Amino acid sequence: MSGFTISRRTMLAGSAMLLASTAMPTLGRAQTPKKGGRLVLAADSEPRNLNPAIVASNGVFFISSKIVETLAEASFDGKDGLAPRLAVSWEGAADGLSATFKLREGVKWHDGKPFTSADVAFSALQIWKPLQNLGRTVFKDLSAVDTPDDLTAVFKFAKPTPFQLIRNALPALSSVVPKHIYEVGKIEDNPANTAPIGTGPFKFGEYKAGQYYRLTKNTDYWGKDEPNLDEIIYQVLPDRTSAASALEAEEIQLAAFSAVPLADLDRISKVPGLKVISKGYEGLTYQLVVEINHRRKELADVKVRQAIAHAIDKDFVVKTVFLGYAATATGPVPKNDPQFYTSDVPTYAFDVAKANALLDEAGYNKGADGNRFSLKLLPAPYFNETKQFGDYLRQALAAIGIDAQLVNNDSAAHIKAVYTDHAFDLAVGPPVFRGDPAISTTILVQSGIPDGVPFSNQGGYKNGALDALIAKASETLDTSARTDLYKEFQKQVATDLPLINVAEWSFISVASDKVGNIANNPRWAVSNWADTYLES
Amino acid sequence: MTRALTLIRRRLVGSIFVLLIVVVGTFLLLEAAPGDAVDAYIVSTGGDAGMIELLRHRWGLDQSELTRLANYLWALLHLDLGQSVTFSRPIREIILERLPNTLLLMVSATALSFGLGSALGIYAGARPGSFRDRFLSIGSLALYAVPGFWLGLVLIVIFAVDLRWLPIGGIETLASDKTGLARAADIGVHLALPVAALGFIYLALYLRMMRAGMAEAWRQDFILAARARGLSRRRIVLAHVARNALLPLVTMLGLQSAQMLGGSVVIESVFSVPGLGRLAQEAVAARDTPLLLGIILVSAVLVILINLVVDIAYAFLDPRVGASEERA
Repeated sequence: MSGFTISRRTMLAGSAMLLASTAMPTLGRAQTPKKGGRLVLAADSEPRNLNPAIVASNGVFFISSKIVETLAEASFDGKDGLAPRLAVSWEGAADGLSATFKLREGVKWHDGKPFTSADVAFSALQIWKPLQNLGRTVFKDLSAVDTPDDLTAVFKFAKPTPFQLIRNALPALSSVVPKHIYEVGKIEDNPANTAPIGTGPFKFGEYKAGQYYRLTKNTDYWGKDEPNLDEIIYQVLPDRTSAASALEAEEIQLAAFSAVPLADLDRISKVPGLKVISKGYEGLTYQLVVEINHRRKELADVKVRQAIAHAIDKDFVVKTVFLGYAATATGPVPKNDPQFYTSDVPTYAFDVAKANALLDEAGYNKGADGNRFSLKLLPAPYFNETKQFGDYLRQALAAIGIDAQLVNNDSAAHIKAVYTDHAFDLAVGPPVFRGDPAISTTILVQSGIPDGVPFSNQGGYKNGALDALIAKASETLDTSARTDLYKEFQKQVATDLPLINVAEWSFISVASDKVGNIANNPRWAVSNWADTYLES
Repeated sequence: MTRALTLIRRRLVGSIFVLLIVVVGTFLLLEAAPGDAVDAYIVSTGGDAGMIELLRHRWGLDQSELTRLANYLWALLHLDLGQSVTFSRPIREIILERLPNTLLLMVSATALSFGLGSALGIYAGARPGSFRDRFLSIGSLALYAVPGFWLGLVLIVIFAVDLRWLPIGGIETLASDKTGLARAADIGVHLALPVAALGFIYLALYLRMMRAGMAEAWRQDFILAARARGLSRRRIVLAHVARNALLPLVTMLGLQSAQMLGGSVVIESVFSVPGLGRLAQEAVAARDTPLLLGIILVSAVLVILINLVVDIAYAFLDPRVGASEERA
């Protein structure tokens, strides 16, 4: 197995991106990319809607990011961690009321029509703001998009909006779709949602439900001599074990998004011709979090929450649950984030004696059966690791006299139980850090969120000071002042523990040695793969 | 012939009630499951309160259960299975796409388990208590005890990963543009492992039933009579013992068809076969009520039809059965 970057990043903390950018050239082979070939890879789900402008999720991006492009993509070495795509430059006004994007020249849609600023304006106003799962939050104050010429789009905001946020949102939230296709009829019912038309290096070929998606080369792509591949085939493999078998049988050449379970990686890394890669997901960090229902009087006591934090052996979790493919967490921003992370927060070392003392202090003494109180613990079923951590947490809590009863649900039932019915005391959740705390992180602890909003504070936690801090950060325009506020945010969350961050992890790719230019950006699996190639 | 027609008519009338119970029961069961299609959907997307409300409205989930059930039944009366919320496509289309794969898998697996099972059963039952009888009985029981997914995985490891004789899954070579005979052969190669995995499990059932039936038949007077007439052993075994033992197997064939559908859920997932079983599993996870109802309805119709065919066949094979139905 090649170098495991996440643990290295742990030590280098904030300079992770620097490390990555210097490490890249040695990883990439000094070979000229081959032309042609069909890349076959595993897909474990079949998104119903392939329009990334409406559904900004990894499952959709995995396929559609090759077809529909964003204004900018994440980058290891670009300025502000970005590389240009449909936009070549961007600038925010000092008053936060506008942002100007200069667009790429000579770009054509897959149907031959030219790409212009009108498409950007349409996508932003008609789709990102009103319809997109993440855009509805980030672009809520977008009031107009001016198009002084075909290659300039000026975003106008009704309220000052930090450009840092807009910039950080570009890789995931700014997929541009063609206006001429979408302006007719209802956007949600447009046939292009299932057979997308974009500007990307690959065109949508066909989709056979339950079998495969086929993407074909866009011979008219704006990137010089790109793409390298002729075809990409996503083979639908619903069973967790099939991706590994298919790789070994050389039926597929790539399994991304941890389609090969962690437990199989050790074995598969020894198979000649296959490599295990833990890079290329730095921009898609998942956080292992203990969600807390503060309506329970015991859990409303910060001492109890601290005790729980002390009862969790994070190193053990990383080693056992994640088999080393993760990093321990200190707070609500992951260590691998280059802009916002700070290690200057209160930490909770694994210390059962201290945890017990805190609980005694809080007045919850052990009963005759050794238990202080009982809790309902709901581990999210979406990942093997969240379920396994649930089992671990139950044992860890037993060691401090808290009797946790595990409640296992399927995904839909879990979402309803935790985020709508609040029928939990503790839950294990995997929120995603999306490059800026304002996109989907502050919502985890902020108060006043309506019932039923998933991956948000549904634990009844209310902290006026923290709410004020979040509000202030959301309207602070100066990048460094805004960054400092989010550092303070991490400190306050780690102090008061509205939730407990345990670990941070990302995905693993397993690929044939023949696949080149893998993992060369922090969102590689969901980037456009124009430079990916296959050695014959 | 009128006998068969009466049987068909009586069965079809009864089936309507069965189907109604199946539909309403499934609907209520799925309603009782916590979380709806929107809850299942937002797992992968997240979203704010407004978006969630919008989705519930678009998918008609803001209506009451009764309204939705009534709407569904009303549409069903017009032979309309409705629209899937997960696929945003007509359910009829989706099911028609998958049904042939499942049928092919089921029919092949049934043919394998019935054919090979009864043949081995005759072989074993021809000499009850012999070594080959014991060996086959124990061997088939061992296969029966093996979980389907495990057998599937073992077959994959041996034949697809190590030997590379057969593909690891799917129904045909991806995007191969094969047509005609080449395509049929391609599908056959792809189905070999799943059919084996599904068929071998039920093989034991037919084998043991055949064997037991034959052991029973050996003791009957007509066998003694056949022996007295001086028939060859071979003829006694095939024409008298086996033929009599075959009757209960035909009944089993009908009953087993429902089980096969259940077993195909697992096998289709393990071998990535795009069939109804896998679709049903996805529909439950996504809380796609209309899709699941459609699948269950089609499966129920299928099982009813198979049993009808079996009963008609039975009436012809054994005149005693039809006679009693007619009198009833």
